[in-house]
Amino acid sequence: MRKNDWILIASVLIAAIAWLGIHFFRPPQDAGTVVVSIDGEEYGSWPLTENCTVEIEGTNRLLIEDGQADMAWADCPDQLCVRQKATTREGESIICLPNKVVVSIVDGREREVDAVTMHPCGQHIIITKAGGSFVHFMHCAAI
Amino acid sequence: MKDKAAYFGVFTALALIFSYIETLIPFSFGVPGIKLGLANLLTVILLYKRDAKEALLLSVVRIILSGFLFGNLFSIIYSLAGGILSLFVMAMLKKAGTFSVMGVSAAGGVSHNVGQLLVAMAVVETYRVGYYFPVLLAAGIVTGLLIGIVANEVLKRLKNI
Repeated sequence: MRKNDWILIASVLIAAIAWLGIHFFRPPQDAGTVVVSIDGEEYGSWPLTENCTVEIEGTNRLLIEDGQADMAWADCPDQLCVRQKATTREGESIICLPNKVVVSIVDGREREVDAVTMHPCGQHIIITKAGGSFVHFMHCAAI
Repeated sequence: MKDKAAYFGVFTALALIFSYIETLIPFSFGVPGIKLGLANLLTVILLYKRDAKEALLLSVVRIILSGFLFGNLFSIIYSLAGGILSLFVMAMLKKAGTFSVMGVSAAGGVSHNVGQLLVAMAVVETYRVGYYFPVLLAAGIVTGLLIGIVANEVLKRLKNI
């Protein structure tokens, strides 16, 4: 390892930390809407400002509290969505792949992603956009 | 070099095997889309033993072949974007001559992830990469560095080809 290697590695890591810092300290959206969709179909939307508990088809329970939306319970085996941290900001989302449930926070004007499903190979995530065109956002781990 | 085609065939076959091995081992970093990139080991070695042109050819051939074998058209597009950007960056840094194999490979790992993210952003037409971007940067450094360390050891022992 030469000196330049360390400088290169340090500057990339500093850039990553700086980006994380900016993202973290960005003021949360206070007028956001929580949109829940199941398999691409919109299930319902709730204002982020009002505290409530949403039962989603008996498979997931979403808790909206203090401007945060948090998945409190899910019947799926991996429990990834429950462990995911609460969403507060516009553009953030909680995704439960087994139940095809997507919880996202939008500002009411635009909705970027309508559905997230899992490819049969179990490694892709397919994101369907409002226009109906689908894309594989996360590439397959095969390549 | 008279055995160029034979050596290139060996490298392509090895890269494909590495791609396959990687599908068998679930490297879990807790974030989707992140993996070690074992096959890039061959790209780095070829970049140092031969030149950027051959490394690029290997990278493209390997991505297209493994894409048809284990992936799909979208994974090929993402991997090509990452692979080509990564090779471009590595070739530039190697040419600069002030970085070791580890540094060049780490930069390659980072630019591979950045290239894929840029294409993903263009495809889903969003600029909200959020937490994913810094995670990809750090992951690129770690995986690139690991590949670089192994490549360095292999290069020390590999006879000139």
